[in-house]
Amino acid sequence: MVQSLDRSQGRDGGSAGGVAASPANTHGTFTGNRALQIEEPLIFEMGQPGRCGVDLPEPAKVKDRLNGLRRSGEVGLPGLSEPQVVQHYTRLSQKNYAIDMGVYPLGSCTMKHNPRINEKVARLPGIGDLHPLQPVSTVQGALELIDCLAHWLKTLTGMPAVAMSPAAGAHGEMCGMMAIAAALEAKGERAQRRIVLAPESAHGTNPATAAALGFTVKPIPANDRGRVDLAALKAALGPDVAAIMLTNPNTCGLFESEIVEISKAVHAVGAYFYCDGANFNAIVGRVRPGDLGVDCMHINLHKTFSTPHGGGGPGAGPVVLSAALAPYAPYPWIVKQGDKWTIAEDGGALKSLGIEGTPLGRLKAFHGQMGMFTRALAYIMSHGADGLKQVAEDAVLSANYVMAALGDTMSPAFEGPCMHEALFDDSFLKGTGVSTLDFAKAMIDEGYHPMTMYFPLVVHGAMLIEPTESVAKEDLDQFIGALRSLTARAKTGTAAEAFKAAPLYSPRRRLDETLAARKPILRWRPSNNFKEAAD
Amino acid sequence: MRYLPLTEADRREMLGVIGAKSVDELFRDVPASAVLGGKIAGLPDHQGELEVERAFQAYAAKNLSPGSDPFFIGAGAYRHHVPATVDYMIQRGEFLTSYTPYQPEITQGTLQYLFEFQTQITLLTGMEVANASMYDGSTGTSEAVLMANRVTRRHKALISGGLHPQYRRIIETTAKWEGFKAVVTAVDAGGLEDLIAQVDKETSCVVVQNPSFFGHVRDFTKLAEACHAAGALLIVVVTEVVSLGLLKPPGEMGADIVVCEGQSIGNGLGFGGPYVGLFATRDKYMRQMPGRLVGETVDADGKRGFVLTLSTREQHIRREKATSNICTNAGLCALAFTVHLTLLGEAGFRRLAEINHAKASELADRVSAIPGVKLLNDSFFNEFTVRLPKPAAPVVEALAAKRILGGLPVSRLLPDDPSVENLLLLAATETATEEGMGPLVAALKEVL
Repeated sequence: MVQSLDRSQGRDGGSAGGVAASPANTHGTFTGNRALQIEEPLIFEMGQPGRCGVDLPEPAKVKDRLNGLRRSGEVGLPGLSEPQVVQHYTRLSQKNYAIDMGVYPLGSCTMKHNPRINEKVARLPGIGDLHPLQPVSTVQGALELIDCLAHWLKTLTGMPAVAMSPAAGAHGEMCGMMAIAAALEAKGERAQRRIVLAPESAHGTNPATAAALGFTVKPIPANDRGRVDLAALKAALGPDVAAIMLTNPNTCGLFESEIVEISKAVHAVGAYFYCDGANFNAIVGRVRPGDLGVDCMHINLHKTFSTPHGGGGPGAGPVVLSAALAPYAPYPWIVKQGDKWTIAEDGGALKSLGIEGTPLGRLKAFHGQMGMFTRALAYIMSHGADGLKQVAEDAVLSANYVMAALGDTMSPAFEGPCMHEALFDDSFLKGTGVSTLDFAKAMIDEGYHPMTMYFPLVVHGAMLIEPTESVAKEDLDQFIGALRSLTARAKTGTAAEAFKAAPLYSPRRRLDETLAARKPILRWRPSNNFKEAAD
Repeated sequence: MRYLPLTEADRREMLGVIGAKSVDELFRDVPASAVLGGKIAGLPDHQGELEVERAFQAYAAKNLSPGSDPFFIGAGAYRHHVPATVDYMIQRGEFLTSYTPYQPEITQGTLQYLFEFQTQITLLTGMEVANASMYDGSTGTSEAVLMANRVTRRHKALISGGLHPQYRRIIETTAKWEGFKAVVTAVDAGGLEDLIAQVDKETSCVVVQNPSFFGHVRDFTKLAEACHAAGALLIVVVTEVVSLGLLKPPGEMGADIVVCEGQSIGNGLGFGGPYVGLFATRDKYMRQMPGRLVGETVDADGKRGFVLTLSTREQHIRREKATSNICTNAGLCALAFTVHLTLLGEAGFRRLAEINHAKASELADRVSAIPGVKLLNDSFFNEFTVRLPKPAAPVVEALAAKRILGGLPVSRLLPDDPSVENLLLLAATETATEEGMGPLVAALKEVL
């Protein structure tokens, strides 16, 4: 193992990506650290043979029963003691922005408060320390818990069934679209209905999912109000259409006001309505998607129901299903018989339980993201029906407040009211030399995580701000003040260079993404040190 | 409501700035037919933290959590000791409440640990490149088959009878709806299957598991050669990742894609999820991989840093032409994996594997010494299969009544296959003790 004495990793290097060097890169400390910002090597540069962070007993001597396949040579893992491991990952953690630190207005991601009671109950031994294949008689409480969450999800959405096993939103999309394919197959129409309609503003997962299932994706344009163009949709509908995949509230942060007409038109031609539930937070407890004619919808438990985003997962994406699609829900089915819970894992089990159903198959080992179910249910029980309704109202109120408070100086993409996120385009930056990216990077120096940038694609230089219901008004006001100040600075017309140099105060300044993609270094090797990368 | 900071006064003031009389005005785009009078009916109102905690304690009390009771279930999820440091670290808010590192300047913590994670996976598997994790091993396996189909432009996957039955079922489901052929071979409880003869010019990949679902340790070098001769890829699945501390890695056998369930390192049983999928392949297939990838680069000051990279494979850029629809991965579970494996290091990881093998060897000897019980395995790591003189499911139920979680009756996952009715799959990890093994053996003698 190589020990890095120079912790800075900050050897002399030219500026990358055409970004101007600034005084901040000569920070003038001997270590390269800057007070609480401590430079940290990789574990592979820290390890020493003879160090170990665990104490394990000497194994009993036994005759190998490994079929002669004992590993020869080292794995190559570094050896670190426990305090080194704690310090290493603590220092890394301090290079992250997080919800716990402040406003995280990443549109479409619903970065709301993550209550710690949810973490606590998920770790109760009677919940967290259960094997998924223990005898069913020993996990009755776990099955009851899953069913309780299922009941909430069905009631909040006004839908009769829910498939709990999908591991994330995109996995839920796959589940829902497979259910639609299964329903079409049962009607003998799968070969004929090959088209899936999706608005141009859809999340990328929608077309990716439909295409994976062999459907041809046909984009539907938006009207000048940021909603689906109903006339264009009706023109596209026909006997070859399998489904529409529509996000509501949509990715522009707007409620699809003609959604009932849309669902009627879709059903009139025998197609199904898949709703992307990524933005359910705007309407939870206030509007039931079932009342809008939805056939299936995934629910990102890590968005609306606050299971932690964890640096990018794990998520969970249960899918609520209409009566027409319910028979196709994938295994497992959790069923109550008398006062006992059971898990049906195959057709034989369903039959012996006397349940009708033709499940589409299985999407995941075991029974779904139990740890996420527990956290989501704790969140739901804490809020109750009254609190969840208030969540939607406060989320929508906060977004409209941001829109109103910035509307005169930034450029709202569409007329309001918006739902839980406020969408701006970059026309207010026209002629300033400042781009959406520059504006976002300048927010970092002001202590904020930027909003979602350049999404949805239908709005030029999009900035999608989702404050969520978790931000106090005085914090919202400070955030708004920071954005107004940045906007004013940009509009002086002389600040482009300063914006392009941002961020100055973050653990790293702008990173050269082109270099990363052109010469991919995806793992540490003794040889691929910094210098090689820079060359 | 303790999570909601806005006061009634705040709300009134905000409505004033917006120019709306009430919040209902903000919802005016909702069609009249979907407007509800008040709350959604049939659901209780909010509760305090104490009440919520009590509700979950009540759920927990209705389960048999193994605690210190005898425990020997594996079958794709393994009970290992996770050091306290791991759980502390993943609960740090900077990790727990951050999201996908879209803004690398302020998410270097996540990006660097994922880069460390990717490197660890390549070392464990003996492969060249790994991604930043999948949902779990089971979904990762079906993504591997899809990747092999893309690489080879073929549409027939050959699935071993030694692969976890639920993993097999997921591949079959994917095959049915995504349109390729999955040839599923007969269940291989004996570990003697030879798939070489079935590999042909239409085969996109062969999917095997090592150790197999039934515990057998196999050398797939010749199978890899046969695959490559036919232009197919070999996918090796590992559901017990600790085995890689002791066993020849799949990369050295010629595997093209390796998928592991990473739960054993850093992640508890959790009733089946969330877990973490490990996904590794050869450099030449890098651009056909699903999932997120973290790469090294430099910042504007020339300092080393990390970014998400090669995203032109992914759905948010490529949309319907993406390699996969996957967006989220298993970031926090990957962190748990990385922290635990860093604590273990070379010495700890290898010793942990040795202990597992020794414990399982002891258990295999003791259980197979019971009259009427036959061990099916010549080889195994920490899990093996025995044939009982009677159906295994009621035996396991009888053991559970004595608070002994005594393995998995194979029939639970293969209910339609009468040949497995008497088979019991038993696992022993470093958590197995004499206080557990003794009662298991005694109870088995009594029940059989």
